[in-house]
Amino acid sequence: MIPADRTDQQTDTGVALRMTGISKRFGPVQALADVTFTVRKGTVHALVGENGAGKSTLMKVLAGVYRPDEGTIEIGGCDHQFNTPGAAIDAGISMIYQELDLAEHLTVAENVFLGAEIKGNLPFTMDLGAMVDETAELARRFSFDIDPSAIVEDLATGDCQIVEVLKALRRNASIIVMDEPTSSLSESEAARLFEVVRGLRAKGISIVYISHRLEEIVDLADDLSVLRDGCLVHSEAKTQLDIPRIVHHMVGRELTDFFPKRSASIGEVRFKATDLASDYGIRDISFDVRQGEIVGMAGLVGAGRTEIARTIFGVDKKTAGTIELDGKHLSITSPQQAISSGIALLTEDRKRTGLCLELPCSWNITMPNLAAIGMKTLISPAKETLIAADIAGRIAVKWSSPDAPVDSLSGGNQQKVLIARWLLAASKFMIFDEPTRGIDVGAKKEVYTLLNKLAEEGKAILFISSELPELFGIADRILVMRRGKLVGNRITKDTTPEEVMHLAAVEES
Amino acid sequence: MSKTVRQLLPFGSLVLIICVLSAIKPDTFLTSGNFINVLRRSSINGIIAVGMTAVIISAGIDLSVGSIVALSGIVAGYTMVAVGGENPQGSALIIGSVAGILTGLLAGMLNGTLITKLNLPPFIVTLGSMSMFRGAAYYINDGQPINVPNYTYLNEAVYFGVPVSIIIFALILVIAAFVLRYTRLGRYTYAIGSNRQAAFHSGINVDFNLISIYTITGMVAGIAALITTSRAVSAQPTAGIALELDIIAAVVIGGASLSGGRGSITGTIVGTLMISFLRNGCLHLGISPFIQLIVIGAIIIAAVSVDQIARSKAASTQAG
Repeated sequence: MIPADRTDQQTDTGVALRMTGISKRFGPVQALADVTFTVRKGTVHALVGENGAGKSTLMKVLAGVYRPDEGTIEIGGCDHQFNTPGAAIDAGISMIYQELDLAEHLTVAENVFLGAEIKGNLPFTMDLGAMVDETAELARRFSFDIDPSAIVEDLATGDCQIVEVLKALRRNASIIVMDEPTSSLSESEAARLFEVVRGLRAKGISIVYISHRLEEIVDLADDLSVLRDGCLVHSEAKTQLDIPRIVHHMVGRELTDFFPKRSASIGEVRFKATDLASDYGIRDISFDVRQGEIVGMAGLVGAGRTEIARTIFGVDKKTAGTIELDGKHLSITSPQQAISSGIALLTEDRKRTGLCLELPCSWNITMPNLAAIGMKTLISPAKETLIAADIAGRIAVKWSSPDAPVDSLSGGNQQKVLIARWLLAASKFMIFDEPTRGIDVGAKKEVYTLLNKLAEEGKAILFISSELPELFGIADRILVMRRGKLVGNRITKDTTPEEVMHLAAVEES
Repeated sequence: MSKTVRQLLPFGSLVLIICVLSAIKPDTFLTSGNFINVLRRSSINGIIAVGMTAVIISAGIDLSVGSIVALSGIVAGYTMVAVGGENPQGSALIIGSVAGILTGLLAGMLNGTLITKLNLPPFIVTLGSMSMFRGAAYYINDGQPINVPNYTYLNEAVYFGVPVSIIIFALILVIAAFVLRYTRLGRYTYAIGSNRQAAFHSGINVDFNLISIYTITGMVAGIAALITTSRAVSAQPTAGIALELDIIAAVVIGGASLSGGRGSITGTIVGTLMISFLRNGCLHLGISPFIQLIVIGAIIIAAVSVDQIARSKAASTQAG
């Protein structure tokens, strides 16, 4: 592991937050390992890392949502043990999540005082006027331009962020955590938010700023910490911020052995998309995937990768463009058609769009395949169990029996049940959307081996992932998405993680 | 509590109720005549409960079945009189019966279509259609019952000592159990109820399957309407008021989950019979019908809460 070269906290501003030796396991997954994270008072501290690096877990520990297995939290010099989010709020920690936490039908002032309403003169009443006044006063003090009586629903997303900030300030927050605050903001709204952040800093409030957009971090942050695989691998102070080095720390890790040797011979073009567009933000998407080829797709969350998969699979309506499979034009308007044409999609959220959790594993495996295995009119449960067990045996799914409900399996095995489903479907073109998300390292390796094997069988594979190392480990080619457009198409050998991250994260000026 | 114990619990309770009642009243309760009587009374609810089971497994609900019983009955009676005059017989009765079943089928199809094509919650759609179908049932004959004095077959015919309504009930049960277990429609019903999104992403035609389920439910309600009409030798627009609640109760006591993905025909039979035997038992014991209501209500809550506790225990041992 790379030693963390932490800068000494020699500044005169003092320490607002010190998390020391934080570790947290979820079953077999070590989400955080001995993380020490220090935030100086009155600074903006950027926290970066790939998806799954442990940023959210660390912040949830700070917010009292998770209890760390080990480690201490010090705020303003006092030790704290949070058991509940309420305790963390009392200690001065406020979280602003990506999905804002506002009551949309209430006014700004009502939201700011939600749960701590100012009592009115009569019992069971609240003093709306006082709440509006205090909110206005708070906004004035920090020079925010917002109407306390406006209904939150009517506000722009940027203004909603400000309501969240006001809520935090009303609770006397000394540390505000912002998780990807600009991901849904326009340029001008983002610029305004940066002013807000700078204003907070000027008043001595510390901001932990989580973002994938590196250029805005370089602009805004005083300090920066990088998490990777649950470890804090790097911390540095403002003077040195430099995008290539940050990227290096985010992605740099040993890639040997973990990935199978690619041995598939690449053949004819199997799948071809031309000028694909949908109402969900993707446009002008053209690419092809050959027989035996694994094409990786990189991009930030929200860059439109899943939307491409959904459009190809007939979930989202295609507004323009064409799709070809083995030279044949397909017009697909439903997953049903996609599957019968030979396209498979392993969706990114296996719980929401993948599995029927309380139903037996065997049922989940045969679900789209009943007609294909000769059970179009009548199901033979005994034969079905055999078929499911056979296909699952090929990828070593661990279950007590094929009749066990899927939710009795571990995450990695649940994912394998889903993979078994699409193996049985014997599709020609397979889209895997984040197939290794939330599964442990061993299961990840098995997924890579399987992808390789499928490619060897001549299938064309589109492999969507937010983890660059696995893209570089397994893909023959890497497509890069940014804001709904395909901005890069590189042979894996001829590119670097740094270049891909740059394409995905940095807006061209 | 293991899964098998949990599944056997409703059945065990039913057996227990029967045993206790038999012990207390061996001479009146424990007679074949009484048992046939209970089954006969169960047949109407039971037949509809079969459809309701599928609806509930699919994570839906059908509040309109009681009104479909009234509407189908009235349409059947109206057709019989229209075809066969004041005192319809023979083919007029058959034509009317077909019209009644068709009415139920179409009413169910309307429910299913509105639910899927307008993407509305089943609760809302069937709450609305409950009122619409009831209104239509009243309107057709101006709120008056339609007498069909010769329509006695479904109530009186007996084969090998078993009334025909019980035979129809049993047939529908067998077919439904078979469909749920051995056909894609049955399988997809569970899949849609368990996770509609996952079902859709697996290429299941969710709309078609849901419409089928509601259509079948409407159809069996139509069949139940004919038995109801035959029993009274009169089609009544007030038939089946609050029937849907009894039926939902039976399905839920049988272990089905209102959040979908769970339920079985055997469970539903047990639930239906449990309610019927309790009613019958209270009658034999001379317990007031008011108390019956209290007992049945308590059993619904008890059945579901035992199930919930067992589930949360199972879940916590799994997580730990």
